[in-house]
Amino acid sequence: MDCYTANWNPLGDSAFYRKYELYSMDWDLKEELRDCLVAAAPYGGPIALLRNPWRKEKAASVRPVLDIYSASGMPLASLLWKSGPVVSLGWSAEEELLCVQEDGAVLVYGLHGDFRRHFSMGNEVLQNRVLDARIFHTEFGSGVAILTGAHRFTLSANVGDLKLRRMPEVPGLQSAPSCWTALCQDRVAHILLAVGPDLYLLDHAACSAVTPPGLAPGVSSFLQMAVSFTYRHLALFTDTGYIWMGTASLKEKLCEFNCNIRAPPKQMVWCSRPRSKERAVVVAWERRLMVVGDASESIQFVLDEDSYLVPELDGVRIFSRSTHEFLHEVPAASEEIFKIASMAPGALLLEAQKEYEKESQKADEYLREIQELGQLTQAVQQCIEAAGHEHQPDMQKSLLRAASFGKCFLDRFPPNSFVHMCQDLRVLNAVRDYHIGIPLTYSQYKQLTIQVLLDRLVLRRLYPLAIQICEYLRLPEVQGVSRILAHWACYKVQQKDVSDEDVARAINQKLGDTPGVSYSDIAARAYGCGRTELAIKLLEYEPRSGEQVPLLLKMKRSKLALSKAIESGDTDLVFTVLLHLKNELNRGDFFMTLRNQPMALSLYRQFCKHQELETLKDLYNQDDNHQELGSFHIRASYAAEERIEGRVAALQTAADAFYKAKNEFAAKATEDQMRLLRLQRRLEDELGGQFLDLSLHDTVTTLILGGHNKRAEQLARDFRVPDKRLWWLKLTALADLEDWEELEKFSKSKKSPIGYLPFVEICMKQHNKYEAKKYASRVGPEQKVKALLLVGDVAQAADVAIEHRNEAELSLVLSHCTGATDGATADKIQRARAQAQKK
Amino acid sequence: MAFPHRPDAPELPDFSMLKRLARDQLIYLLEQLPGKKDLFIEADLMSPLDRIANVSILKQHEVDKLYKVENKPALSSSEQLCFLVRPRIKNMRYIASLVNADKLAGRTRKYKVIFSPQKFYACEMVLEEEGIYGDVSCDEWAFSLLPLDVDLLSMELPEFFRDYFLEGDQRWINTVAQALHLLSTLYGPFPNCYGIGRCAKMAYELWRNLEEEEDGETKGRRPEIGHIFLLDRDVDFVTALCSQVVYEGLVDDTFRIKCGSVDFGPEVTSSDKSLKVLLNAEDKVFNEIRNEHFSNVFGFLSQKARNLQAQYDRRRGMDIKQMKNFVSQELKGLKQEHRLLSLHIGACESIMKKKTKQDFQELIKTEHALLEGFNIRESTSYIEEHIDQQVSPIESLRLMCLLSITENGDARCSLDTHYGPEHLLTFSNLRRAGLLTEQAPGDTLTAVESKVSKLVTDKAAGKITDAFSSLAKRSNFRAISKKLNLIPRVDGEYDLKVPRDMAYVFSGAYVPLSCRIIEQVLERRSWQGLDEVVRLLNCSDFAFTDMTKEDKASSESLRLILVVFLGGCTFSEISALRFLGREKGYRFIFLTTAVTNSARLMEAMSEVKA
Repeated sequence: MDCYTANWNPLGDSAFYRKYELYSMDWDLKEELRDCLVAAAPYGGPIALLRNPWRKEKAASVRPVLDIYSASGMPLASLLWKSGPVVSLGWSAEEELLCVQEDGAVLVYGLHGDFRRHFSMGNEVLQNRVLDARIFHTEFGSGVAILTGAHRFTLSANVGDLKLRRMPEVPGLQSAPSCWTALCQDRVAHILLAVGPDLYLLDHAACSAVTPPGLAPGVSSFLQMAVSFTYRHLALFTDTGYIWMGTASLKEKLCEFNCNIRAPPKQMVWCSRPRSKERAVVVAWERRLMVVGDASESIQFVLDEDSYLVPELDGVRIFSRSTHEFLHEVPAASEEIFKIASMAPGALLLEAQKEYEKESQKADEYLREIQELGQLTQAVQQCIEAAGHEHQPDMQKSLLRAASFGKCFLDRFPPNSFVHMCQDLRVLNAVRDYHIGIPLTYSQYKQLTIQVLLDRLVLRRLYPLAIQICEYLRLPEVQGVSRILAHWACYKVQQKDVSDEDVARAINQKLGDTPGVSYSDIAARAYGCGRTELAIKLLEYEPRSGEQVPLLLKMKRSKLALSKAIESGDTDLVFTVLLHLKNELNRGDFFMTLRNQPMALSLYRQFCKHQELETLKDLYNQDDNHQELGSFHIRASYAAEERIEGRVAALQTAADAFYKAKNEFAAKATEDQMRLLRLQRRLEDELGGQFLDLSLHDTVTTLILGGHNKRAEQLARDFRVPDKRLWWLKLTALADLEDWEELEKFSKSKKSPIGYLPFVEICMKQHNKYEAKKYASRVGPEQKVKALLLVGDVAQAADVAIEHRNEAELSLVLSHCTGATDGATADKIQRARAQAQKK
Repeated sequence: MAFPHRPDAPELPDFSMLKRLARDQLIYLLEQLPGKKDLFIEADLMSPLDRIANVSILKQHEVDKLYKVENKPALSSSEQLCFLVRPRIKNMRYIASLVNADKLAGRTRKYKVIFSPQKFYACEMVLEEEGIYGDVSCDEWAFSLLPLDVDLLSMELPEFFRDYFLEGDQRWINTVAQALHLLSTLYGPFPNCYGIGRCAKMAYELWRNLEEEEDGETKGRRPEIGHIFLLDRDVDFVTALCSQVVYEGLVDDTFRIKCGSVDFGPEVTSSDKSLKVLLNAEDKVFNEIRNEHFSNVFGFLSQKARNLQAQYDRRRGMDIKQMKNFVSQELKGLKQEHRLLSLHIGACESIMKKKTKQDFQELIKTEHALLEGFNIRESTSYIEEHIDQQVSPIESLRLMCLLSITENGDARCSLDTHYGPEHLLTFSNLRRAGLLTEQAPGDTLTAVESKVSKLVTDKAAGKITDAFSSLAKRSNFRAISKKLNLIPRVDGEYDLKVPRDMAYVFSGAYVPLSCRIIEQVLERRSWQGLDEVVRLLNCSDFAFTDMTKEDKASSESLRLILVVFLGGCTFSEISALRFLGREKGYRFIFLTTAVTNSARLMEAMSEVKA
């Protein structure tokens, strides 16, 4: 254990810094790093190298080559650079490589060297060229800042939502600033630049000169500046070999250091961590690395090779041609445990566990010591925490074992932290593996979140590992496995060498109907790659028709979209497609399409009925649907037309249509209606009053009521009103008029086809018993009893009923016998009944 | 009298939750438009809205004035207008005219349209065409289930019937699926599903898709309702066409029950005012007579009146203390009962006055003859006379439809268009919906009919008619009736006081077809053995059963059955199934697109002058 702290270097009184190897690089670089443009993404991200970037020759053999490696040096992509000269490289937060060209164009590449898109940093740059560029990260995403040949700055705070901001001019700036950086404060991006002994801060509105507090005198130029990972701190390196460290707001000085090296450093970055005890700046020259903090002594390392520094959240990664190392401040928990002669509870617990394994009674002594101080819980927590910060699985294990050992002596220790740490370390060790090459520390991992880590694995096409992690962590399918499978499928459709069938089948086999997988998204991707057929095949697997339709429309498969929409049963969707079709096809084709889709057709008809009547007519015409066309014109005859001529004309059209539909009944009826309309009009002219729009029945009635009996009869004859109906009609009308004389005349005109009971009924309805009696005598035998009862002649009714020997009639009469008046009649009936029964 | 439920009958789920949900959502939507606003309500939505949120609740949420949506310029002076409408194009045009008038006058107000139960793309498109899409904000009030009673949920969508069965418009089916989805999320999954009819099948499948998309939510919930049965109205038009003789049905036929309440006119209330009365299980008197055959109701009511009197009489001979008790506790209840009793007696009298006349007896007799299939000639001539007398076109049409369906279209009566030209269209509508079926040749009607039937096979008519051709085929009522034994054989008088089967809802003459099908399927727990009936109903492709394997359903829930009527159901059917439930120890819950009756069916098919 003594040797464990061998690589710890104290900085000042309180903090230790250590450097350990992450990987030995296996990338077989031919060039020196200094001959390349280098960009390494934070959070253990990939490394991009552009070789020969500065050669001007056009010869193919010396064209620049862009290589992308994982953090462990595994090649991910390599491509020949064919575009213009590149000024700067950088990775976005989504791990996309941004290549800023001299002409201001920014080309965006994926992790695998696939070209994504490009954008420009403005027209002004075209003439002035880009001198320098920085890619920086903000809360919103990744930003780009450029310095043009005219010494003006332009920046965009988020390349995902590109808004270019041209920064104000720096007064009197004649040459390029000696150094500059992008700063992000209060959600606003600024530029800090150094010109000679002066510092300027550029924001959107103004350029202001700033002075760091407590800066040593005698500075004539700033050679380097560094902003910490969180934009909270700033370090300045001057030409006097003096380093100023303070807050990025330039309001406070933290410390200063004089390293007495006047050569400009190659790189300078901050090395701190959240809750850092002693923040430090790492300065790199060709062969020397210096860690400087608030201490009189600095830590110095010798660099054997050309190295490159990558600032991280909690340290600095340093890679060279052969190795990849991590330099950081030793975390608090580790320090407590491993510091030489530490008596911290964690250290004691670790010791106790070791003794326990050796079966030594010392274990008990140590344990007692911790327990006596009541620090066992703290000890366990310390061990768990320290395990998280260890890179070597062996050390992680022994710390966790100690924690587990200590846990046994605690009654109520919540297991969560221990379990989660075990899980997290397992995931971390898996992704730190050489083949994967994502050297995340525990703090970085927590900052990044598992979701983002999964996304990054997916981005690296490490689908199986991602799925295993999801399953291991038991993430819900929708967030975990399904999402990864969907990504896999989206990647799969880009494999152009595989046939459509194979891809579709492979995808369906893997995905089945995993919940949360959207086949339409995958299909959209396939369509994006120009594989329309594949997209259609994939859409077949989409269970929700609603999801299929928009893409099908986009792919101009409107007819297929229509049938899918109909399948979905969602009429809104059908309607969407219909309107799309209506604009896309000419009218004839549109109607033809409709004709084959009854559901869509009826939907569209419904719409037309309310909104586009003419189209409705056209629809029927197109289909030679004369029946409906006839109905359409009939509707028009009373709904749309006002003038009588127009109405007759509409009816004529309707009648013609009905004839064409071989619907003679309807045609005849329509013609009758035309005749009636004309006639009503004539009646109105001749007699006055309202006739139009009455039915035939009402017309006749109105005529009778008006005393035009002749005309009424004529009309009835003309329209062949059946006799029975005419009798009913006249009867009702005359009774309404109370024209009893005419009624009687009418009743005697010939034998009534409806019998005479209605006459009795109607008279009684008008309370005219006298008239009713007249007709009661003429009622036929079957209904005689009823008629007599109606007029209230119970006695006679009884006689008739007895005569008929009809049981039903007898009881009917009996039920009408009331009280004393009809007592005799009732007796009579009872007698007749008794007699009938005897027989 | 009022039949008690069997002691083991399951408890009904509490559907008042649906009301609360709808109310909360409406309030939320109103609050989205902060400040005072005027609310424009579509006439059709007024009664349902009243059941959910009364005026004082609306006022609480800063609704200032209420207006009816009608084709008149709005007088509202409010700065914010809110429209609560059904998704109809007509309404969109009304709103557009309002907004455009404001624009012309240089006035800017806030407009919000709340569609109930959902918005349709076509509506938004009309708004866009009218150039006001950007001026209004649209929202949906997903209020599709109104609990009218403890066992009756209505979607209050009467237009469903015409839209689907006549126009072939399927837009409401999704709404039905969503309503079912809501029920299953609230009351657990339905382990056993049955259905018959094209629409039933579509609604069922859509609903299943919805469940699959959001699965996990209902999983693991214990089902509260064990069975669901979906039924298209066109499977059984006959029952809906018959005159109703059960009290609730009669009240509906006579006074029209609207959204669970009825307006009793002065002739019923025996005062000079009309009275709006809620008819549901809370009305103790009504609850006891609603399912009774009308012939029993009067006797029951007079008995009840005597009892009431006796209770009143008890106060004689009471001492002060007892009297105090009586007044504070019982009197209110008695008075309430008294009021209800006199109302229902009034209603009965009014019905009697209208119905006990000779013609009603004749009418019922004719209907029964048609159902039983004898004395066709007499029935036909009765109907002819009915037309001759020009009593009411709707009634005549109804009888003709009944004749046509029961007699396999062998009706020999002449329809005259002399009711007015629009009835020519009505006629073709009835034909298309399958309410009038093919005729035998040799008749005036035949001319039309044969032509129309030709149209059916004519390609020009498009496939839409194909969809209906199955309906246009012979209706096979007679054969179905025989198979399912719909006409009970009666020895002697059918005792309506002690009903033996569901036929009592039609005076013992006919068991409602729809109810019989439900009974049979529930008994078998499948369609097995009913193949012939299904074939005769022309529903071979549309009868389905779906049972889930896992048996988590308690025996209690397995006796709760949700019956979904697509296109409306009648009170007679409800009464019949309630009776069946009591007999078998089930409880039925009814979900209907709207409560309907014969007159409403006919009106839905009529072309009226707009």
